[in-house]
Amino acid sequence: MTDNKKNIFELKFKSTENNRAEERSCDCSGSPVKLDVISRPAEPCCRPSIVDRPNWAEAVLTTTAGPVIKASTNLTLSDYWDHFKCRTTSYRNNCKIAPGLYAVGSPDKSSEVLVSANYKYSFDLLRRELHGINAWILVLDTKGINVWCAAGKGTFGTDELIKRISSVCLEMLVDHRRIIVPQLGAVGISAFRIKQATGFRVIFGPVYAKDIPAFILARYKATKNMRQIQFDLIDRFVLTPMEIRPAMRIFLLYAAIVLLIFGLDPSGIIFKDALIGGLPFLILGLSSIMAGSFITPILLPFIPFRSFAVKGWLTGLISTFVAGNFIAQYTQQNVLLSIVECIFFPVASSYLALQFTGSTTFTGMSGVKKELKIAVPIYLSAGTVSVVLLMLFKLYAWNVI
Amino acid sequence: MKYLSGSASIEFFPDRCTGCGMCIEVCPHNVFIMLDGKASVHDRDSCMECGACANNCAFNALSVAKGVGCATAIINSMLYGGEPSCDCNSGGKKNGCC
Repeated sequence: MTDNKKNIFELKFKSTENNRAEERSCDCSGSPVKLDVISRPAEPCCRPSIVDRPNWAEAVLTTTAGPVIKASTNLTLSDYWDHFKCRTTSYRNNCKIAPGLYAVGSPDKSSEVLVSANYKYSFDLLRRELHGINAWILVLDTKGINVWCAAGKGTFGTDELIKRISSVCLEMLVDHRRIIVPQLGAVGISAFRIKQATGFRVIFGPVYAKDIPAFILARYKATKNMRQIQFDLIDRFVLTPMEIRPAMRIFLLYAAIVLLIFGLDPSGIIFKDALIGGLPFLILGLSSIMAGSFITPILLPFIPFRSFAVKGWLTGLISTFVAGNFIAQYTQQNVLLSIVECIFFPVASSYLALQFTGSTTFTGMSGVKKELKIAVPIYLSAGTVSVVLLMLFKLYAWNVI
Repeated sequence: MKYLSGSASIEFFPDRCTGCGMCIEVCPHNVFIMLDGKASVHDRDSCMECGACANNCAFNALSVAKGVGCATAIINSMLYGGEPSCDCNSGGKKNGCC
């Protein structure tokens, strides 16, 4: 602890604000970079001074390798609000923190180094689980994408980790030569290449941040459960807003086309016809969005067959039947239109359910390609047949045939 | 939950395997087991082709046609070209998923 105090002393922001900044040059990563550093006589600096202070920062630690933000391990309401927005809106496309080195607790030269992504949601989940632990967090620049997706893309990758280890002078900060990388990061990070390039041994930690304390306590032994990804009801539920959102965007276009078709008359557009004729199609459209983008993901393991297209078609068939019965109580549907409804809406639900493959934790590309090879021609034919039947219906309605 | 049977592209070359166990450590779906001091593909249908095992096999004993299992990304890559990717922030590029 005394060593720790020698190496690291905490500076509260208020006291640093008045300190005079001085310019120093840093040659840590080969090319000298000019930096502003708070006036404490830190050894070779490797990081720029902290310009923006995030609201979750508790303090700035001054270390042998420059200033480091100490992150709070308590999440605030504002953090949870961020998470909600990440789950439901396009806010997630810009929900990031600055890449680099962070601290939780009072880490020293023997503390663990945990690697994370610069998607704020991922970082928040990690720091929340590190309550009472002294550790360094090395945040890679994943362009605000979570660990697993970024690893798939390569931004949470070997090259970025090598670069980041060197740019934060990790070898000066810690005595040991091990870093803990989340297991799902293994898609992008090659442990043996990191060892060759930096001397640091990558230990793949558990899939979930909540298991990290137990993992460290067990001296880096993960149980089988810690190694396996889950996909339970809640996991699936929180993903559905991002399925429904794009579907609703298509729905707006669809609704405009439906109202136009039903309102179209040789004499112009009849609003009454558009509403009365189009309403059943709008209701059925919404019901297939519910079936494909909500019910199928929620009931995924309980719907028969492994193919997502088939699962979605089945739920779509049921929802079309239910919604169709509801509509039939109020209006008598034309036979041609009923046929279109039976063909089109289950297929629409199937298409939407297939999109959920992108959110699951267990679908592979070869499988999805296999599904698409069969499903896309069916979708296109079903769409064409529906359009032709609708045109026939209009021609009948206009007494052309 | 498992996806389509027999579609995973994972290939294992036992003669190159040294039994280091790295694939078992990184696989999120318990596809491998250790058998007589070597890894063995035990549950092929659970493989989601993430490529973590091949990326971390220092002895080239594994190969996977790694890719995103995402219909939107694959459809977009068919329409607009490029590799299917989970790239939501690609701005002008259209081969991403959202």
